[in-house]
Amino acid sequence: MAKYLLLKHYRGAPEALNNVPMDQWTPDEVAAHMQFMADYAERLQANGEYVEGQALSPEGTFVRYDGEGRPPVTDGPFAETKDLIAGWFAIDVEGYDRALELAGELSAAPAAGGKPLHEWIEVRPFLAQPVTITE
Amino acid sequence: MEESRLRVLTPQVIAVLVRRGADFAAAEDAVQDALLEALGTWPEHPPRDPKGWLVTVAWRKFLDAARAESSRRRRELKVDGEPVPGVVGSTDDTLQLYFLCAHPSLSPSSAVALTLRAVGGLTTRQIAAAYLVGEATMAQRISRAKRTVAGVRFDTPGDVATVLRVLYLVFNEGYSGDVDLAAEAIRLTRQLAAAVDHPEVQGLLALMQLHHARRPARTDDDRRLVPLAQQDRSRWDTRLITEGVSILQRALARDRLGEYQAQAAVAALHADAQTAEETDWPQIIQWYDELVRFTGSPVARLNRAVAVGEADGPRAGLAALAELDPSLPRHTAARAYLHEKSGDVEQAARLYAEAALLAPNLAEREHLTLQAARLNAAARHSSGQAHE
Repeated sequence: MAKYLLLKHYRGAPEALNNVPMDQWTPDEVAAHMQFMADYAERLQANGEYVEGQALSPEGTFVRYDGEGRPPVTDGPFAETKDLIAGWFAIDVEGYDRALELAGELSAAPAAGGKPLHEWIEVRPFLAQPVTITE
Repeated sequence: MEESRLRVLTPQVIAVLVRRGADFAAAEDAVQDALLEALGTWPEHPPRDPKGWLVTVAWRKFLDAARAESSRRRRELKVDGEPVPGVVGSTDDTLQLYFLCAHPSLSPSSAVALTLRAVGGLTTRQIAAAYLVGEATMAQRISRAKRTVAGVRFDTPGDVATVLRVLYLVFNEGYSGDVDLAAEAIRLTRQLAAAVDHPEVQGLLALMQLHHARRPARTDDDRRLVPLAQQDRSRWDTRLITEGVSILQRALARDRLGEYQAQAAVAALHADAQTAEETDWPQIIQWYDELVRFTGSPVARLNRAVAVGEADGPRAGLAALAELDPSLPRHTAARAYLHEKSGDVEQAARLYAEAALLAPNLAEREHLTLQAARLNAAARHSSGQAHE
């Protein structure tokens, strides 16, 4: 088994194909999306592939040690736009292929018009996994 | 003997040992040892007086440990004469434990953890699960708290206000997992109210009961937030409301008003209304005035502004809101609500969407996003009709 982080982004990742702000969806579409996220977590738990999941606030600042005194606090050191993580699922799955499959499902969460969101999900392996030797 | 009964007895026994002069951490260890022995012995030989049994055994364990400790250091010397065991069963002992756990030298999170452990009798695992942190983290927090209060002796009563603040923090944490912290906070506050005669203790107990009574209606079957005005009032716990109101009335009759009584009075006025329209907003404003007087809290001012919006119309509410710092939590959400009430749907939808991004938790964010989506969909619908 290997652990992966599935990252959802507010900004920083390429835009979703079906990129309509949520407040412009119909209330039913919003409800369907929320239901999908809850079901998704529940399904992972039922398979035994769930480690944890959290949503993050869009607030966020960058801090750096710059010698004595108060550290500088900025909106972010990015050249173009601020990278913002919206939330994550940590999963513990059979292997990379399964992680990709689950990320694909997450990206297909229903959105405006009842169509998939087609959002980019970042898949990051956890370090410190012992090497698995298969025959 | 079931777990809940032991949970009630544990803090009482710890308190007796502490009063007899045992260090808090040593007392707790001794009581844990006694509980283990009880698990082995009681099924075969149930004691007639479980608390007396636990006190006797725990005290023996404590003395054994103290002897072992001192003999390690000074092999020859015996522990000083054992204090004569006192009478078992005074509630004042538990009261001391409350004050110890809410000691000003502890950080709020340590005080909360220690109170749940020592007064509430919860296991470290249960407390960790309720606060969504690892068991090792919570164990560390608790043992650090124990070290902090290790030298504290109790000859003067502590500050009730500090104890109440700790219990209020426990209540506001709500619940998750197998321990319902709100119910636990009510149980502990009820116990405190029985031990100490103070109108603010009663005020806090009433406040918790009145809020707790509305909890079944606060979320729908899909666990989505239902705002107060739209709650199904038949799902409110009327028995708990009746109890809360009568406790509050007795406290208010003593004419020593405080912040918890004022908050409970607001909750009682909400609970008292058969429908949202019947809510006595002018009186609620008066109680918020009292609350602002006691605490100066900006959150109380914000709530007051919303109440003004209900009593005197959305324009008056928005004017009251405009005097407050816009970075206050829920300021944007309140503005959105009052704009919707005033008929400015477009502005309201924009503010709801903005408030959703600022929401402190997922349930609130989803609720606010849905409000924005609802108003935007309605606006599209009516402009669509206008074009036809």
